[in-house]
Amino acid sequence: MSAPAAPRSAIAGVMPMILKRIGVALLTLLLVSAVVFTISGLLPGDAAQETLGQSATPEQVAALRHEMGLDRPAATRYVEWLSDIVQGDPGRSLVANMPVKEVIAGRLPNSLMLAGITALVSVPLALLIGITAAINRGGLLDRGLSLMTLSLVAVPEFLIATLAVLVFSVTLLWLPSIALVSSDATWSQTLRSTALPVLTLTISVMAQMARMTRAAVADQLDRPYVEMAHLKGVPFRRIVLYHVMPNAIGPMINAIALSLSHLLGGAIIVETIFNFPGLASLMVNAVTSRDMPLLQACAMIFCTAYLLLMLVADVVAILANPRLRAQ
Amino acid sequence: MSAATSRARTFMRGLPVSGKIGLVLVLFWFVAAMAGPFVAPYSVSAFVDYDVFSPSSREFWLGSDYLGRDVLSRLLWGARYTIFLGLGAALIACTTGTALALTAAIRGGWVDEALARTMDTMISIPSKILALVLVAAFGSSLTLLLIIASITYIPGNFRISRALAMNVVGLDFVSVARARGESARWIALREILPNMIHPWLADLGLRFVFIVLLLSGLSFLGLGVQPPHADLGSLVRENVSGLAFGAAAIIAPAIAIATLTVGANLLIDALKPVDDKA
Repeated sequence: MSAPAAPRSAIAGVMPMILKRIGVALLTLLLVSAVVFTISGLLPGDAAQETLGQSATPEQVAALRHEMGLDRPAATRYVEWLSDIVQGDPGRSLVANMPVKEVIAGRLPNSLMLAGITALVSVPLALLIGITAAINRGGLLDRGLSLMTLSLVAVPEFLIATLAVLVFSVTLLWLPSIALVSSDATWSQTLRSTALPVLTLTISVMAQMARMTRAAVADQLDRPYVEMAHLKGVPFRRIVLYHVMPNAIGPMINAIALSLSHLLGGAIIVETIFNFPGLASLMVNAVTSRDMPLLQACAMIFCTAYLLLMLVADVVAILANPRLRAQ
Repeated sequence: MSAATSRARTFMRGLPVSGKIGLVLVLFWFVAAMAGPFVAPYSVSAFVDYDVFSPSSREFWLGSDYLGRDVLSRLLWGARYTIFLGLGAALIACTTGTALALTAAIRGGWVDEALARTMDTMISIPSKILALVLVAAFGSSLTLLLIIASITYIPGNFRISRALAMNVVGLDFVSVARARGESARWIALREILPNMIHPWLADLGLRFVFIVLLLSGLSFLGLGVQPPHADLGSLVRENVSGLAFGAAAIIAPAIAIATLTVGANLLIDALKPVDDKA
């Protein structure tokens, strides 16, 4: 951004707004944690009854309830749960029978790697498609690209994954259909085994990003200053690179941050299909085995990541708007 | 009758090619879902082929599945679950979301504040994550799935409906209606709702697409529609072992979902007024 070049007072001008956004995001995260805890911790009946089964005597259930702390008020349990999570210790996984922290520590780096590679591939691709479509507005290329991205937005991830496996693993035998990721694999092995998950995620994230990029650039191209530059005789290339791009970069980064949040949902399907040992497939396993402490921790990590991306999008939108900066 | 036909004809003519493709796809799947049980060549659960994952033939147009059942018949039944669950959940989500939004817009003050805060919180949970937590807590019977999908998409509809209603609520004819002493119910249903119906219908369509994708995704993970019921996502899941043979049993239902959602998306996009097209 133009932040480093801008005079100090300009940044100071938007600082209160940014701080306010951070405050709102933290408050929202707190409320989200209350929702997650209410749904997963309070509503679904009695964990003690469930653990012991139907044949347990009321005394046994009461004893276990006391041991598990289920007989205390909901608010107390929530505050305890929250403080445990904030301190980085969200309890024990019921199924793996080890601390949730350790289970997640084994998976989180894989998910971050998958998200990182996907972002590296999808962002340039989406920008290229979006900008190409925007500068050819109304043309055949634009209509073709728009139809493609509009369709891809609504294609389920598992169709893309299925077709990718069919083409690259079954027919061409180029890539493995199962992602084996381990710490002692070489870089090229890791890249090969993550190729299909990355491809699938890229296609599903890229479409939305390209559409929003196109909208952001097309919006700038409609502005009077572009017409003025045209009338002055500035070549179109120069208009796009030196006039439009600096103005569109803010909305574009905003669009990228918003679209990358789709990675979270997409990862759930993609990690499961390819057996990728990441956080999303871990969460699906936690749902299947009703491992609530693990599920809650995963849900909170995803919600935090989502809010963080939204916050980045918000802050970029503020920084990119010179009118807000000048205030 | 003839007026209706000519209106339909004008409507078709105004639609861009992509919109026409979308309309045809959507109509095709709705007809398939309605007529499915009557035109399905075999019973949905009958083992009719000795071979599993057999290729397309004259007896079995789309081949057979992992147990030797007819894929076409199962597809027609699956489309029924997918479309009716999706449509039901979209209708519940949109009527609930809009009812809350109209209440917020008319009452204003702390009611609006409280509703908007709650919905902002719910919308800050990614929809698939929220759905997974709900499924883990309550399970996934058909009724529960309907409710879970609705809850997941109420906040999105609320946000849009509230913005639409807020635009209308400040207009003169609403003030006039208030001055006339009309009830809040009358103002909501007779004055505000008719003036936001077009964008509202577009949102209903989008929620339908999201919900179909969400539910088939859940079914694909084995957390959605449970046997003996099967929606299109379950069909993809149960035949996943046929992928190595490129069996139609796995490709056909996946393509079916995509043509339905892509078709709906193209149609909705074509119906949007030109000035707010992205």
